Amino acid sequence: MTAPGVRDAGYDDFVDALAEGEGYYLECENGHGTLPPRRVCPHCGSRELVETALPETGTIDSYTVVHVAAPAFADDVPYAVAVADFGAVRLTGQLQSDLDAVETGLTVAPRVGKSETTGERLLTFELR
Amino acid sequence: MTNVRVAGVGLTHFGRHPERTSRDLFAEAGLAALDDAGVDRDDVEGVYYGNFMGALAEHQGHQGPLAAEALGVDAPATRYESACASSGVALRQAVKDVRNGEADVLVVGGAERMNNLETAESTEALAIAADELYEVRAGVTFPGAYAMMANAYFEEFGGSHEDLAHVAVKNHENAVGNEHAQYQKEITVEDVLESPPVAEPLNLYDACPVTDGASAVVLVSEDYANDHDVEAPVAVTGTGQGGDNMALQDRDDMATSPAATDAAAEAYAEAGVTAADVDFAEVHDCFTIAEVLAVESLGFFETGEGVAAARRGVTTRDGDLPVNLSGGLKAKGHPVGATGTSQVAELTRLLRGDHHNSEYVAAADVAVAHNAGGTVASAVVHVLEVER
Repeated sequence: MTAPGVRDAGYDDFVDALAEGEGYYLECENGHGTLPPRRVCPHCGSRELVETALPETGTIDSYTVVHVAAPAFADDVPYAVAVADFGAVRLTGQLQSDLDAVETGLTVAPRVGKSETTGERLLTFELR
Repeated sequence: MTNVRVAGVGLTHFGRHPERTSRDLFAEAGLAALDDAGVDRDDVEGVYYGNFMGALAEHQGHQGPLAAEALGVDAPATRYESACASSGVALRQAVKDVRNGEADVLVVGGAERMNNLETAESTEALAIAADELYEVRAGVTFPGAYAMMANAYFEEFGGSHEDLAHVAVKNHENAVGNEHAQYQKEITVEDVLESPPVAEPLNLYDACPVTDGASAVVLVSEDYANDHDVEAPVAVTGTGQGGDNMALQDRDDMATSPAATDAAAEAYAEAGVTAADVDFAEVHDCFTIAEVLAVESLGFFETGEGVAAARRGVTTRDGDLPVNLSGGLKAKGHPVGATGTSQVAELTRLLRGDHHNSEYVAAADVAVAHNAGGTVASAVVHVLEVER
């Protein structure tokens, strides 16, 4: 496993910012959005990536309710996971409440939550 | 450039063999393939070996030399890893090397041992085929990722879980009589719809099982076959590979699999065929929705039309375009690293006429194998043709 205190540079910085309510994504000059760490836009090859404020809300593109989980989420089941559209970028996150209400097209806000099983932080969505 | 021939194929039983090492599984399949080919082991110039999770399941890296050793072959050997497409990409490399004259005799195959792990551990091992940062950390499992693709498909094109259930029913029906298959029993649409949920809308019976097993094929050049009187009527006439963004969130569309579309276009062009020329196929149905995406990417159906193919009887064994006559990953089983070459082994036997379902494709001469890695971030397609 990873040695204590070692972070995933870029990605953990993004999660830190999101936890502070200052989420961002990387946008290239052609309007493609991705999450860090990136040195190049995977869609067009641009190397001009600019940290851009993440919109406060997005809409659910697709989702599932997971009943059989990996050990890291064994005590979290059932839980919903969704891909949500924030314009230039899409994010994947967990809905930890409102499980029965989840459906495509709903408005969500990105948050940072925790796995009930391990206490590890993860990207979550809150229904708005 | 030379014609690439399939001289022999070998498979273990696919099923629960938790106590058998992958090296033993591969030895059984590889030796069977060499025996089937009638090729001297001293003539083997390389072993191309597919495996996905052996580093986790068996604490074993550097598996290539082990694979060669398992066959008693003294030749360079390399492990290929592209998740569930591992032996498919191994085969593609071998086809190119034989075609380009780099080698005359190669053994290609794969093996996976999975049932020695607890279900939660194998779920975790399979999940590493997804993007660790963007998907796995949020709790996306492998079935969960395909479940999101299924919901995206339903949203975009329609279709129902009942349509998907027909895929599972068809593939179970095809596996009855396949001695290599994990499940040699029929199921009903109700069985699928009433089985426990794994990741909604997918239930347990929408998913392939956790499988131990191995497969191998012996590829030879046409010259070698002629010089050594090797009977090898089946040729690999086209190979193609496509790629896509790893995480679903970074793709334009979650309801299609463009990597497989690209792979098919390349393989068809090499073989000089079109989708309309294909008589039957083995496709990567790790989940019922995956078969739908596959048959659309292969050009058998328009996008959005593939979901009803099994229910309408088009892809059943009596239909115009039988799909997964082996039972597919769903019923035959999915020992991840072995699947790509097992598909080609099944197609070869179907084309040679020594498969339990050969009667359904007696006049066929063009077949296709579609092998996908992860949520089709990798896809490999091969075209096989038989001389009758």
